[in-house]
Amino acid sequence: MSPILEISDLSVAYRTQGGDVRAVEQVNLTLNVGEVVGLCGESGSGKSTLAYGATRLLRPPALITSGSVRYRGRRITGGGDPVDLLTMSHRELRKMRWREIAIVFQSAMNALNPVLRVQDQLLDAIQAHLRLPRDEARDKAATLLDLVGISRNRLRSYPHELSGGMRQRVMIAMALAADPEVVIMDEPTTALDVVVQRDILAQIVELKETLGFAILFITHDLSLLLELADRIAVMYAGRLLETGTSDAIMRTPAHPYTRGLLNSFPSLRGARRELAGIPGSPPDLRDPLAGCPFAPRCTHAIAACAEVDMSLAPVTGAAANRAVGTVSANTVSHLTACPIVIPEVSQEGVLS
Amino acid sequence: MSTLANLWRNLPLKAKIGAALFGFFVLVAIIGPEFSPYDPSYANPDPNLLMGHPSAQHLLGTTQTGQDIFSQMLIGIRLTMELALLVGVIATALSVLVGVTSAFLGGVWDEVLSVVTNVFLVIPALPLLILLLGYLPQKGQWSTIIVLSALGWPWGARVVRAQTLMIRNRDFVAAARESGEKSWRIITLDIIPNEISLIAASFVNTVLYAIGTSVALAFVGLTNLNSWSLGTILYWSQSQQALQLGAWWWFVPPGLAVALIGTSLVLLNTGIDELGSPRLRASRGAAKIAGRRIWPTDPTPVLAQLTAGRGRLAVFLHSFSRGSLLDETPAGGELL
Repeated sequence: MSPILEISDLSVAYRTQGGDVRAVEQVNLTLNVGEVVGLCGESGSGKSTLAYGATRLLRPPALITSGSVRYRGRRITGGGDPVDLLTMSHRELRKMRWREIAIVFQSAMNALNPVLRVQDQLLDAIQAHLRLPRDEARDKAATLLDLVGISRNRLRSYPHELSGGMRQRVMIAMALAADPEVVIMDEPTTALDVVVQRDILAQIVELKETLGFAILFITHDLSLLLELADRIAVMYAGRLLETGTSDAIMRTPAHPYTRGLLNSFPSLRGARRELAGIPGSPPDLRDPLAGCPFAPRCTHAIAACAEVDMSLAPVTGAAANRAVGTVSANTVSHLTACPIVIPEVSQEGVLS
Repeated sequence: MSTLANLWRNLPLKAKIGAALFGFFVLVAIIGPEFSPYDPSYANPDPNLLMGHPSAQHLLGTTQTGQDIFSQMLIGIRLTMELALLVGVIATALSVLVGVTSAFLGGVWDEVLSVVTNVFLVIPALPLLILLLGYLPQKGQWSTIIVLSALGWPWGARVVRAQTLMIRNRDFVAAARESGEKSWRIITLDIIPNEISLIAASFVNTVLYAIGTSVALAFVGLTNLNSWSLGTILYWSQSQQALQLGAWWWFVPPGLAVALIGTSLVLLNTGIDELGSPRLRASRGAAKIAGRRIWPTDPTPVLAQLTAGRGRLAVFLHSFSRGSLLDETPAGGELL
């Protein structure tokens, strides 16, 4: 698999009077062509800041303090060297937006303009980026609605005449208007009920298969990612704690925080067990954090956690060996920052 | 006290200037008449004081009949301010009453009140004022206040109605209604607080309208000409040909006072907007990071680029500024 978007060493801070709030700290994340990468973490963990910072959509006081974001889309690079989004000018970025990297925003309720018809909003997106003649653009808008499974006669509806799920589908259609290589989805299904959520996720996967774009899927719902994503990155206090294939994350989570997340929702199969939350709350991001940010809440914490290097390293030990056996050769990409190898992972995903 | 201090600190500069200027005139209106050196109506028979230049005894000179203009100004500002503020309060109260009732009750009430508002809106105000005041048996402060208030409310009422219609359909109002709150409690606790900045702006506008119109009415003689207001001073200076005789000290002070009060109100009004919606304030203007201006529409700034293009001297100078305390070197990078 070839990478399409490589975020390396990215740090984003919010510059406030009380000092920099380091919302994202030296994050490395790669998105491959046609891949779904799930970015998961609790509120305030920096997942949205990471995605919007990498695409340079954040407003001041946000400031990117280090890193690079290399994009390898063919239309832009022509197969040559990747371009760095962080050195691009305003104008160059504008060319990139939507045509190369599109975004499905969090709340479809607010992201659609309530006084314009669906058609006009789709046409807006199409004409801003593709410069098609008007009737071709209108055809395109209709095709887009077909893609996401909404009947064409909804083109003349206003957003309030659509259900929440339909509105979200319209948002997805709009993101696909310019045939992007990368789609960032920021909690696209959070406000929807589980049945509609499932429908839409199935639709997203199907569209991805046919159109071949890569997805960076942001959510706080790890259980949803386990099903949807090829790879999952777990974020906490602005850092990545663990990345790995969904299988690896589900079967052999290497970081105690990931285990905590997995323990906080029930599994459909397997033995009944008590659900456990993670006690404590995330640290203040204004203080420079040495070592693992999760250590204060971690039940497995050892002295070394306070000064561990937070760069990700391949998971070692018994857990990883098993993972290599059970998953695929791709498990080399199962990385964690946790210095300790946690013992006993019992079967059927029941975690200690 | 600290909230007041906070409020003041958060005001934009324009609004601060406006508030200071307006505060000055309010102060003059309150204590000015106590300090008036002469009776403004006393006509000094001294021939040197007929249309006398400004002097130590008469700071703003005298009129054709030897009246002290400084005293007239001190008393006139009070009368004009009193009238404007009263009209502001009455007309704004009327507009809130009509606007909120019409939107909140809806149905027939809304229809009736909207028609009344629109009728008042299309009445040409100045000719009607001239007619009314011309025929009223008593031409005085109060009749002017009543007539101006009666004609000054419809704009505000329409704006308040529109805003109320919007807020009425918000979920928190629906929740309050579902939980059995009484209508007047919903209006006073849920709706009006959300319209405070709008009402304040409407009040300031009405005061501005009242000052302009009352001075204009007095200028054409439609008021009690024996009282002293900025308008009557202008009326007398005009009727005694002060302009032709070059007696600038007679018409410039009242004219300037009207202009300054108007300016202060306009400045104040622009500030109220930003005070009422904190979001407007936060997203306005450029942020400054590492000494560079960044506009809200710019892409997210990258620290390395902000500091890269700068010469040694600029970097050296920036190191003294308070902003540099916030800067930090990118991880792994060299110190600047």
